[in-house]
Order: sequence, then C-alpha cells, then structure tokens
Amino acid sequence: MSPDIAQLEKTASQVRRDILRQVHGAKSGHPGGSLGCADVLTALYFRVMQHNPDFKMEGKNEDVFFLSNGHISPVMYSILARAGYFPVKELSTFRKLNTRLQGHPTTHDHLPGIRIASGSLGQGMSVACGAAFSKRMNGDKNLVFSLHGDGELQEGQIWESAQFAAHHKLDNLISIVDWNLQQIDGPTEKVMANGDLEAKFKAFGWSVVQMNGNDMFDVVSTLERCKENVGDGKPQMILMKTTMGFGVDFMMHDHSWHGIAPNDEQLANALAQLPETLGDY
Amino acid sequence: MVRQAHHDSHPEPVERFLNYKNNTKMKVTDIQKIDERETRGGFGDGLHELGKMNPNVVALTADLAGSLKMNAFIKDFPERFVQCGIAEANMMGVAAGLTIGGKIPFTGTFANFSTGRVYDQIRQSIAYSNKNVKVCASHAGLTLGEDGATHQILEDIGLMRMLPNMTVIVPADYNQTKAATIAIADYKGPVYLRFGRPKCANFTTQKFEIGTAQILCEGTDVTIIACGHLVWKAIEAGKILAEQNVSVEIINMHTIKPFDSEAVLKSVAKTKCVVTAEEHQRNGGLGDAVAQVLAINNPTPMEMIAVNDSFGESGTPEELMQKYGLDTPQIVSAALKVIARKN
Repeated sequence: MSPDIAQLEKTASQVRRDILRQVHGAKSGHPGGSLGCADVLTALYFRVMQHNPDFKMEGKNEDVFFLSNGHISPVMYSILARAGYFPVKELSTFRKLNTRLQGHPTTHDHLPGIRIASGSLGQGMSVACGAAFSKRMNGDKNLVFSLHGDGELQEGQIWESAQFAAHHKLDNLISIVDWNLQQIDGPTEKVMANGDLEAKFKAFGWSVVQMNGNDMFDVVSTLERCKENVGDGKPQMILMKTTMGFGVDFMMHDHSWHGIAPNDEQLANALAQLPETLGDY
Repeated sequence: MVRQAHHDSHPEPVERFLNYKNNTKMKVTDIQKIDERETRGGFGDGLHELGKMNPNVVALTADLAGSLKMNAFIKDFPERFVQCGIAEANMMGVAAGLTIGGKIPFTGTFANFSTGRVYDQIRQSIAYSNKNVKVCASHAGLTLGEDGATHQILEDIGLMRMLPNMTVIVPADYNQTKAATIAIADYKGPVYLRFGRPKCANFTTQKFEIGTAQILCEGTDVTIIACGHLVWKAIEAGKILAEQNVSVEIINMHTIKPFDSEAVLKSVAKTKCVVTAEEHQRNGGLGDAVAQVLAINNPTPMEMIAVNDSFGESGTPEELMQKYGLDTPQIVSAALKVIARKN
C-alpha cells in the first residue's frame, strides 16, 4: 500500500535531517535547495514513481528520474539511501575522499540510483528527453521525471531541450522546476529575472501547472494528476513554488544558505526543528 | 563473422589484402588508390549497414543529415532517426539520455559543432558519465574549404583526446571510415569519430581494429606517422622519397586514443627518426601524442606537419593544404630534414 500524506511527511523530516547532517559532516554542500526539494523527492520516490532500488542503468519498464540541478545532491543521496538503493550509513561519506557520494552526483563511482552526472547546469532536461525518446522507441510506457533549479533556466540549453520535447511530443516527460526565486548571487529577480515562466513554457508547447512544493498534499495530488495527463502529446512542466531552506527557520528565505554548511550550534538548532522519524544514520 | 562481411564488402584487390595479413613487406610503391571518395560517405554507408545489423543503433543530427550522408539510414529506419534542429548542446544530452534504455546513439554534425561548441555537454553528460555515445564529426580541418575558418576546426582532436573515457578515431579514407563506423557500434563507451568533406584517395584494405596502428609499408630510414587525409599524402611523399632511395615506413595512426605507443616505439627503434602529419593544430594533436611517447621512452628527432597555431581561411582544399604546409612536398622536406638530424 502506498504511504499516506502523514507518512510521507515523516519521511521528508528524516530526509531533511540527513541533508543537514551530511552537509555539516562534510563542512560543505548545498542545504538550501536540498531542503526545499525534500518534499517533492520524497513524494516521487516513496509514492508516485514506479521504480526498482535493485538498480539497473538502463531503467527499462520503470520510471526514471534525472536531477539536473546536481548541487542539491544531499537530498538525492538521502532519498536514494532511504529508498533502499544503498546503505543509509554511507551518507556519512558525503563529499569525503574515495566516496561514491561525490559533491555533485556522478555515475563514475557506480552509485546505485544515479544515471547521469550533473552539476554543470542546464544539461539534465536534454538527457531526460533522450531517455523519454528511448522509452518511446522501446514501447516502454513508464515515465521520465526531471528536476531543475529556477536559476538553471538561465542556461540556453534548457530552452533547446524545451523546444525539442514539444516538437517530438514527448508526453512521457514530466519536468519540475524548483521555483524558489533564489540563486547564488541573490534573488533571481535581481540576478536575471525568469519572467513569466508559465507563459514561456506554454509558448514552447508544454502543459504547465503550478504547485506548492512544500505542501505534501499538493505535491502528491499534482504529480498524480500529471501522471493521468500522460498521452496528450505534450511534455508537462510543474512550476513548483518552494522556500529555500524549508523546515529550518533560520535558513528559510535566505539565499546565503545556498551553498554553506551549518556549524555545530546551527546544526543542533536545525535538528531540533525536525523530528527523527526513521533513525539517523 | 557476419559483421566482417559487411565492411569488407567493398571491392578490393584480394592478393594485396592477403599480403597485409601475412605481414610480408609491402613497398610504398605497391600502395595504390582504389578510387576517390568522401570519408563522410564512408560514415553514411557504414551507418546504413549498422541500421540493418543492429536495431539499437539510432542516428541524430542537428540539421545536417544530408551533409553527413545519413539519408539512406533515414529512409530505411525513420523510426530510429532523431532530428534535433540547430541545437547541438541539446543533441549531445539527448544522445546521452538515449543510452538509458539501451540505444547506441550516433550524433552527426560538423566537427566544429561536434566538439568546441558542446565541450561541456560532452565532458559531463557523455565522457564523465561514460555513456555509449558515438560523436561522429564531418567537415573537419582545412579541407572543408571555402566556408572558411569558422567551420574549419583544427583543435578537435586535442579537445577530445584530453577527455578521460573518450576514444578518438581519425580514419584515413572512405573504406576505413566505413569500417570504423561499424566497429564503434560494438565498442562500449564514448567515441569521437572524425572525418571530412572532400573526395580523396580511397586505398585502405587492411582489417580495421580500434587502437591498433596500421603499418602501411615497412622502411628503415624514416617513420612517417599520419592520420586522416594526411595518410595518402604521406604515401605520396613516400613514393617520391623512394625514388631518392629513401626507405620510408608509414604508419596509419587511425586511433589517436587509446594510442598505439608500441607501434611507434617499434618503428622508431628501426628508423631512429619520425615525421608526423595531420590536418590539425600542432598543439594537442597526433604529433603531440607521438612526441609524448617518444620524450618519455626514447627521445628521437622528430618533425611535425600540422597547422602551426593559426586559423584557416577560405579557399579550395588543395590551395589550403598547400598554403598551410600540409601537402606532399612538405612531408618530403620534413623527412629529409629529420633524417639529416639523426647524425
């Protein structure tokens, strides 16, 4: 039986603890975006996606996910470990020498669950398009999901892949943008405004919906609705409003938490706000 | 092997083929042109053969299907062709994604747009991710001709051979480009296959094996190591040198990476001097690869025929090869010069 909203929220709380503990342990990493995306990834891997933790690179006859904004690797690693792709205790090796949990995700060290390296931004939607095309060629009815940062949409390749997906009617592709309005140098509106994202993707030929990425009920119901829309000839875009640093009061709404680690005191303060639901690693 | 039958199906003088196989001493004067063909035609024909042989092979292009001679593949296997429009960065990512699901993508565009334009996409999504993508690049080098320097990439071999996981192949003629195209489908991992635009001598008959250099003729006075269009020019130079009683050993170094160091060292042990010849910048190309092997293992007098730190320009292929010093007479001069340096 698939987990209910309350169970998913408990999992997401543990995932947030994992994120903070990984970044604290490595004394580096990207907690802000990771915390903001903890809910959607929990929903995908623990309820929405049909996937197999007994990992096979080719991903035939299962849903596959691509993390294009690779810097939020802490949330990806926690999700994969908690979903059974690799031992949870391996999270303690994050960003350390000889780890499979590299600063940005890679296939290089054969970490189960990772199908492409990401980190240099803008490339994941193209890869997702290729995987979606491959599924269509194979008569494989499963879906392809991808996640992107909103700052990442400033990369030109995103728009190349957006036109490709619409032109080739890749309706087995569901892409999600983490619309937290923050990037390294400040608010996206100041650094390089994204403009009307809904109108932009619609003009490119996508179906577009919005959701609150930090409301588990909205996340699950939107994702499940999108799954039902598959087959209408259009790729789907979910513009997901999130709060960077969600779940930790002093990190929320502050772009300076994009890429720095909490100190001991900050970690203790943050963990006190997040119940340990599945046991820390 | 069934596959072998396909790429050896081109008419060829059987006796000469047997000579090669037996590794009896070929003379440079024995090497004859079969006909003149475009290397890109070898790619197109090889791809078409692959379409029949391997259902996982898919072809991608960025609005250059005709230039890459992909039409036969597209006609017979439309469902395995992916048009990407003029968006090469996306094409490389799509190719990487197609491998997930088991496809073997062959991307086809000009060499400039296959490498420099998309270096980071190849680096992260293909090379570092170790995806089974075949980056197939036509119109490389000066012989692209009249379109000029914007399109005449002379840095691509260097860019690609610097990437870990990447295999780099520069076939010498039509036959070899066709054989290489077929061979790389069964070779797991990212490959850069470089070929060109104009018709040129088609002469290779040896079995193509990735990573194994071909000794086209044996000699004792000088080793000429060439790749791509320069291999035939090296043969022409060898014939002129033979008239002057200079004994030339010619190596067709069709695989730049992994590099057949052993073939170089064995040859140089005999000839004690080397000329390299390539349609590429001196920086980063075949000559650099040879120099590295020699400097470390057996420092040897060496001359390099390559473009020397400059961009190309408009002109006919012949005019450009002459002006930029990549022609037969320059190889002859370089050979005589390097022989003199031995003493």
